[in-house]
Amino acid sequence: MTADQAAPDHAHLPALPDAAPARGSRGRHAGPAVGPPGPAAQRAALAGRARRALAACRAYPLATAGGVLVVAIVVFCFLGPLVYHADLTRVLFRQANLPPGAGHPLGTDGDGSDELGRLMVGGQTSLELSAAAGILAAVVGSLWGAVAGYFGGVADAVMMRLVDAAIAIPAIVLLLVLVSIYRPSTGILVAVIAGTSWLSTARLVRAEALTLRLREYVQAARVMGASGARIILRHIAPNAVGTIVVNVTFQIANAILVLATLSWLGLGVAYPSVDWGDMIGSATQTISDGYWWQILAPGAAIIVVIAGFAMLGDGLRDAFAAAGRDATPSGATGRIGPASDLGAR
Amino acid sequence: MTAYLVRRVLQAFAVVVLVTLIAFGLIRLAPGGAVAAVLGSGGTHQIFLAQYLSWVGRVLHGNLGFSTRLNQSVGSLLAASLPQTLVLTGSSTLIALVVAIPVGLLQAVRRNSAVDHVLRGLTLVFYGMPPFVLGLVLVLFLAVDPPHLFGAEGPQAPGFVGVITDVRDLTLPVLTLTLISIAIFARYMRSSAMDALAQEYVEAARARGAGQRRVVTAHVLRNSLVPVVTLVGLSFPQIVGGALVVESVFNIRGMGWQIWQAAQNHDFVVTLGFTLVIAVAAAVGSLLADVGYAVLDPRVRHGQA
Repeated sequence: MTADQAAPDHAHLPALPDAAPARGSRGRHAGPAVGPPGPAAQRAALAGRARRALAACRAYPLATAGGVLVVAIVVFCFLGPLVYHADLTRVLFRQANLPPGAGHPLGTDGDGSDELGRLMVGGQTSLELSAAAGILAAVVGSLWGAVAGYFGGVADAVMMRLVDAAIAIPAIVLLLVLVSIYRPSTGILVAVIAGTSWLSTARLVRAEALTLRLREYVQAARVMGASGARIILRHIAPNAVGTIVVNVTFQIANAILVLATLSWLGLGVAYPSVDWGDMIGSATQTISDGYWWQILAPGAAIIVVIAGFAMLGDGLRDAFAAAGRDATPSGATGRIGPASDLGAR
Repeated sequence: MTAYLVRRVLQAFAVVVLVTLIAFGLIRLAPGGAVAAVLGSGGTHQIFLAQYLSWVGRVLHGNLGFSTRLNQSVGSLLAASLPQTLVLTGSSTLIALVVAIPVGLLQAVRRNSAVDHVLRGLTLVFYGMPPFVLGLVLVLFLAVDPPHLFGAEGPQAPGFVGVITDVRDLTLPVLTLTLISIAIFARYMRSSAMDALAQEYVEAARARGAGQRRVVTAHVLRNSLVPVVTLVGLSFPQIVGGALVVESVFNIRGMGWQIWQAAQNHDFVVTLGFTLVIAVAAAVGSLLADVGYAVLDPRVRHGQA
């Protein structure tokens, strides 16, 4: 996952000339063939791709580390329960609020449920909903921003005034009002979170589109008679792809935060589903008793996931910036050259 | 510049009108006699536009409504809760900016050095930290375990003076918000400064023989402040209405706390009134941010932005 995201396209890798895959496939042991058995050329291409991905990981350790963190948490939450069995269905007051120790590595909560087991199951809810909401928000926001930024004029004014108006109401207030009125199902919860967070993406992408539309190649495309949709999809979006991809990761991180906050306030997923925010919410009731493990465990999980996505986003951002900086019109020279963004991009 | 300003003020006005429509529309959709609570029973039979206009008319006369649940006018509730929120958010935003701009700039200039890595790790952790987690952790280890080192509750005394003078209780909530804001601002500043460093004008300046100090202060700082100005403008809604989470962790009766209570109790008069105030503040903030944008970036004021 990390490898693919860090190296979406070999053109973005500054350190490797275009000839790398061919040279790599012949040079060394190619490793086990991952794909379906096919012609040798296909396998060689796969091996080259894997090698490029590996090189990308080495070139961008931050993105790699972020990706590893995210994957680790996903594995922990979704595969962990297969290995670590915990009884989460019964309330056992004899075992309530036990500190970490034998039998309960992370202690127990106020109902006597095992914290580690809850952490895994709660994480599934958090991750699923947040990924859905984050991706939805990024897609909607990117399209909105690109259209507004490219067309400009009245369309831009109307679209961005709408964004301004919606952004002027703090997302959390909007969420509280909506959620307290409607008591949402899971689907509505996702839609509501996405509906309050796509605005920032729209602004960022619009700002990008505003500068991109003035570039010579966009002007040239327009003079040649390209339609607005074509220019947005073929010229604006690809050149804003760094901003957009980075934004997806940050939107997911944000969705995790928003969902946890709503759950902590008691407005998240409906009982008996729990997520990390719920767990901290119940621990908050007994904060003065000092049951630190009930707050630190889910708190750390939230922080690790958000930091993981943020590192991934940061690293990807660096990778895209480097790709833009290093790609010269004649091909990759691997040097920081002057042809930064007017020429090659 | 004047024409730009006039256009921008008109836009801000349009935003406020749109916000009132959105907020009032939401309230009208709400079940349970929300409109009657806002307008009195006479209003329920009118069409939407008439209801909206009669509400706007009252607001323009300074009447934000009366909460029968709290037996208090929304205006006086606002006056009581504004100081808490302003002190909390204003001080933490200021401290955060003062810390974050140099930190981000330093990180960008010394990119991938040890300093950058350490600061990056720190900002990442605080960026990923939900305010309630940070607040609760601070309470656990600074107010509960060594007991009474700091207050586990925010200032409860009314008024500006009462809030500001209660340093012991104010420390943890302000610290919570400040640490998180520093992380957000510094990360923006770093990436924004890195963008600026990669631009051709920096290279041109270096080619002309400008020293590192001049390049950083005259070219990088100025250009990388533009996104940060936008970010601060964007965070205005949070500055005025928000910190809701921190206010609920520390039981501070600020605007965010009041909105949360109102939303939970379906006290729509308060929700609507407070939302309106926050939206106006946010529109003004966004306006100021755009003016700052135009001051910092001539392309914006001269282009067809």
